[in-house]
Amino acid sequence: MSSNTEATPYCEDVVKKFVLAATFWGVVGFLAGDFIAWQLAFPVLNLDLEWTTFGRLRPVHTSAVIFAFGGNILFSTSLYVVQRTSRASLFGGSGLGNVIFWNFQALIVVAALTYVLGFSQGQEYAEPEWWIDLWLTVIWVLYLIAFAGTIMKRKEPHIYVANWFFFSMILTVAMLHLGNNLAVPAALFGGDFMKSYNIFGGVQNAMTQWWYGHNAVGFFLTAGFLGIMYYFVPKRAERPVYSYRLSIVHFWALIFLYIWAGPHHLHYTALPDWAQTLGMTFSIMLWMPSWGGMINGLMTLSGAWDKLRTDPVMRFLVSSVAFYGMSTFEGPMMSIKAVNSLSHYTDWTVGHVHSGALGWVAFVSFGALYYLVPKLWGRKELYSLKLVGVHFWVATVGIVLYITAMWISGIMQGLMWRAYDNLGFLQYSFIETVEAMHPYYVIRAMGGLLFVLGALVMVYNFYKTIKGDVADEVMQPSTAGAR
Amino acid sequence: MSVFKHHAKLETNVFFLAVGILLSVIVGGLVEVVPLFTIESTIEKVEGVRPYSPLEQAGRDIYVREGCYNCHSQMIRPFKDEIERYGHYSLAAESKYDHPFQWASKRTGPDLARVGGKYTNDWHVRHMINPRDVVPESVMPGYPHLMRPLNYAGIAGNLTALKVVGVPYTDAQIMNAKKDLEEQAMSDSPDAAVLKSYPKAKMGDVDGNPKVVTEMDALVAYLQVLGTMVDFTTVKPEKIYR
Repeated sequence: MSSNTEATPYCEDVVKKFVLAATFWGVVGFLAGDFIAWQLAFPVLNLDLEWTTFGRLRPVHTSAVIFAFGGNILFSTSLYVVQRTSRASLFGGSGLGNVIFWNFQALIVVAALTYVLGFSQGQEYAEPEWWIDLWLTVIWVLYLIAFAGTIMKRKEPHIYVANWFFFSMILTVAMLHLGNNLAVPAALFGGDFMKSYNIFGGVQNAMTQWWYGHNAVGFFLTAGFLGIMYYFVPKRAERPVYSYRLSIVHFWALIFLYIWAGPHHLHYTALPDWAQTLGMTFSIMLWMPSWGGMINGLMTLSGAWDKLRTDPVMRFLVSSVAFYGMSTFEGPMMSIKAVNSLSHYTDWTVGHVHSGALGWVAFVSFGALYYLVPKLWGRKELYSLKLVGVHFWVATVGIVLYITAMWISGIMQGLMWRAYDNLGFLQYSFIETVEAMHPYYVIRAMGGLLFVLGALVMVYNFYKTIKGDVADEVMQPSTAGAR
Repeated sequence: MSVFKHHAKLETNVFFLAVGILLSVIVGGLVEVVPLFTIESTIEKVEGVRPYSPLEQAGRDIYVREGCYNCHSQMIRPFKDEIERYGHYSLAAESKYDHPFQWASKRTGPDLARVGGKYTNDWHVRHMINPRDVVPESVMPGYPHLMRPLNYAGIAGNLTALKVVGVPYTDAQIMNAKKDLEEQAMSDSPDAAVLKSYPKAKMGDVDGNPKVVTEMDALVAYLQVLGTMVDFTTVKPEKIYR
């Protein structure tokens, strides 16, 4: 490999910036999430100020974790992986890379400011107003050019499987972003500058929104992060991907089926039944490719399972795939209409999202970051693998507190809403169900706090690693060692 | 195993790969979205649903701005308990002029699809300023800032944009937007012109400040019309073919 590195000077300064930005936005996004979690337990934290209400801050949290943290993770990993697996330097070089980087960071700041100041399209995960959407479109096209351009320059005959996933993420997110943000700016007709109205309304808007919304999960947070799995799990395990054929089946089945799943967000609504049933059917089918991918990831460790004990970075990667398996089982189950009639509108959904977001997306990201930081800054290993272990356990306990609290509160809430007393009246007023949530909201917020603390341990570890320090600890045999 | 051999064509050519991906991801969306525009029974044909009055629409824009959808749904499902708690299940027709839709996906607070007419204006104002004044256990944020004047300089332009996306405002309605807005917020005459354009609009000042149209006036006007446009004593949705 060293001779290849000699021959191809990879463009890594941009990747480094994306890694640092991902780390930074991760902490910001987790903190924002934990703050709004405390707001639900103690509403006085809304501060009676318009800029700090839950309604304006929740989009800050979701955009920060999905697009700022997740987005920077995807930029950093995909641009790192595509260069290495193509044996080509980044198309457009660090010039293009920097344009993408700085525009994307500026866009994040501007989008967050607009939410806080009260500008929103009012569609979940697509809150930015029309001109921010246009700006993102330009950035995304540049990203597509840099990524696909690098593939076209490749010296390897084959495009590596991780890049299929990244590529499908880039193309599909472009389609979804354009389709869901078709809006008419009111300013064109002398209306408010920061206001636009989606060309779709009512039931059709509901469908396009969840076609977008569910596939933001399916492509941004799943296909892209499966790309991460397909590179970093085999790399860190020093084993080839378990099955090449399974990756082919996994890839095409996943991207074909995912798109259909959106209507499961609209069960029992005014969306026509045929669309709901179609969405449910495909959501259940989606279980199969999801678990195919999980199996491909986990079985890559065949013959290297000991690394789970000895390498805490591997532990992050493998646990993330396990969480992926768990939430891709829970998801299809919740998409069954009978189950959804209970879970919809409750915290169960919130818990489900977070078992995927914290357990899968964030954990596989942490694994990739822990792999990348020493590599990119030319260190032999991280400052401290022991601290990686600390991060792992603190974050895992946090996730467990979070999702169990949400299971209990969500199912309890759903049952309380439909409970009747023995005279045939609804047993609980709505506000009684709100009161009942309080202890679980406190537990959830504590779980979230642990997750933030874990991330801060990671930040410290990165700081020391980049500085060049090595902790004085009994080194566990790492991937670089013993063997 | 020829399938896997052919796959080499896709994984050695970035254009073929792109085409394969685009074909795979485009099908589901087309099948699920397009028929919603072509199948006529998607939106029930019921009497009563009208475009929002300028004041209601301004209130709706505030509802969207504040992110109310993060905690409140506007979609009553056809279950016994929901119908008893909130009222008749929601029809697609009732949100056909909603750009964007606000069905939402979480009920940290109760559903609002039929909140119109359930509480007095005064209750709404006190509840918005400090929810715990009227519901001690509430976890909703306070919105005292809504007592400021409403900026409605752009209201006619906003309605025009809505017309472009398919809300059937007439030219007269757009021309009179400002006047209608002020009239609804300040007059409580049952003969007001705005009522002819927008039947069932809730008339009058809500916040004890009749000289100024506030954001509170607009938001409450919107909340008070929610779910009231269709008269379910005469409309029987189960009899409407869908």
